[in-house]
Amino acid sequence: MRHQTQTSTKSRLSQTIQSIPPSGIRRFFDLASAMDDVISMGVGEPDFVTPWNVREASIFSMERGYTTYTSNSGLPELRAEITAYLADEFRLNYDPEQEIIVTVGASEAIDLALRAILDPGDEVLVVEPCYVSYDPVVRLAGGVPVTVPTYQDQDFKVTPEDLASKITSRTKAVIFCFPNNPTGSIMTRQELEAIAAVIESHDLLVIADEIYAELTYDTRHVSLCNLPQMRDRTVMISGFSKAFAMTGWRIGYACGPQDIIQAMIKIHQYTMLCAPIMGQKAAIEALKNGREEKDKMVESYRQRRNYIVRAFREIGLDCHQPQGAFYAFPSIRSTGLSSTEFAEQLILEEKVAVVPGNVFGESGEGYIRCTYAISLEQLEQALERIDRFLHRRV
Amino acid sequence: MSPERIKELLHLLEENGNLKPKTIASMMDLPEEEISQTIARLEKERVIVKYPALINWNKVEDHGNVRAMIEVKVTPQRDVGFDDIAARIYKFPEVKSVYLMSGAYDLSVVIEGKSLQDVALFVSQKLATIDPVISTATHFILKKYKHDGVIFDEDEEDKRMIITP
Repeated sequence: MRHQTQTSTKSRLSQTIQSIPPSGIRRFFDLASAMDDVISMGVGEPDFVTPWNVREASIFSMERGYTTYTSNSGLPELRAEITAYLADEFRLNYDPEQEIIVTVGASEAIDLALRAILDPGDEVLVVEPCYVSYDPVVRLAGGVPVTVPTYQDQDFKVTPEDLASKITSRTKAVIFCFPNNPTGSIMTRQELEAIAAVIESHDLLVIADEIYAELTYDTRHVSLCNLPQMRDRTVMISGFSKAFAMTGWRIGYACGPQDIIQAMIKIHQYTMLCAPIMGQKAAIEALKNGREEKDKMVESYRQRRNYIVRAFREIGLDCHQPQGAFYAFPSIRSTGLSSTEFAEQLILEEKVAVVPGNVFGESGEGYIRCTYAISLEQLEQALERIDRFLHRRV
Repeated sequence: MSPERIKELLHLLEENGNLKPKTIASMMDLPEEEISQTIARLEKERVIVKYPALINWNKVEDHGNVRAMIEVKVTPQRDVGFDDIAARIYKFPEVKSVYLMSGAYDLSVVIEGKSLQDVALFVSQKLATIDPVISTATHFILKKYKHDGVIFDEDEEDKRMIITP
């Protein structure tokens, strides 16, 4: 295809967008997609299809003609179900009328929250390694991302000292995700209390991405909003993608203090209007009748988590014990390769796709992210191939 | 091992009887020794009865067998209730399963034979002639869609993209 000559002489793209590098995952995606028989440990979603009762409920709602817009903040029934669910599962109390918004995936909620609170130049502490969107979305909202790295010797948890060392007079907020993608690490109540003290003393806001809250394997998830002093400073973000295996439906939500949620609704009503009604109907069914199925999925992830961590250690990779989400994050430093080199050579030689850790921030360098949301047979085969790959390098 | 964990072990084996003790040990985060011993005990107690493969015979040419579900009404007998009559039925090798049912009939019996005639003959000559049997109704199975939680013709293709953040 011949490219048309640009007619305008001014720079067409904003400086903001030019400052954002293209996604590091893209190249691997192209590489992996061109090959056959690849075992992919590179996906960020469950290997379960959405439970049938949920799919069926959505089909039924379409048959009955539910194909319209909904209220900007989401169907009242869904908001009520979500707040009741949060109270049940996590002892969180939110007003379904004023303190919650249903969004197009948790991703939109992150964007809305940042846009609602940031003025140009405001700094946001981004706890890394983390999901790839935080840094660019902060920039798009006019903010300045400031990295707070976490380390394996602290189980990839964020400490009050790490946070405090990055705070300046421009710091407005912190964004983090626990249970974490890509490390699988979690924060206990005590650890949250410790960082809460720093957050409070510097009067910061928090965007707590808790999309993996249901997927913890050794202890129950503690939300930052379970700390009374944090509730009014925190926008808690979650959704249906991971725990209910509903990634493609794009239904997420944010809960938080009324002023911020209402500001988010203002942006959402002008830029998105509402989340798709089919997904909202499905989400209602998931909360009403999908919890048992969800628990079964969690059990299955736990078993595979146990399997993969032991298997990585057996083939000689140093792998910290992830306590949540569905990723293992083994260190590949012993090979002397960079994350990117490791991932690239692994896929070319053994047809196993993993995600290089540095995609999730510089502190992810030296690691690879491997999802264990694949069948046990595939896990066994993938580990065999990685073992073979490592042997050639000793 | 706690009853909860034993259930977990049994669920794993029920799903895949081929799992090695070492793999199960990894999945349950327990020593391999403990898994092997528990399995041996469960086998001995006949909690784990057998490790059969679930086969989709539809895909095998000329397997030729037909199956029927027979609703059987019987007169229960003093002291032994339905158990004796059930035993007289399930001992025939043609009988693949027998369940005691609530409702309109008493025993649900699955019969396998080489042909429709074969099955019909078995019902009329062997089953219906047992003394306490009052009546039988035969339903031939035409196609098996799902058996013991497994969908036979399921599309198992992974529809996820190969790499996502």
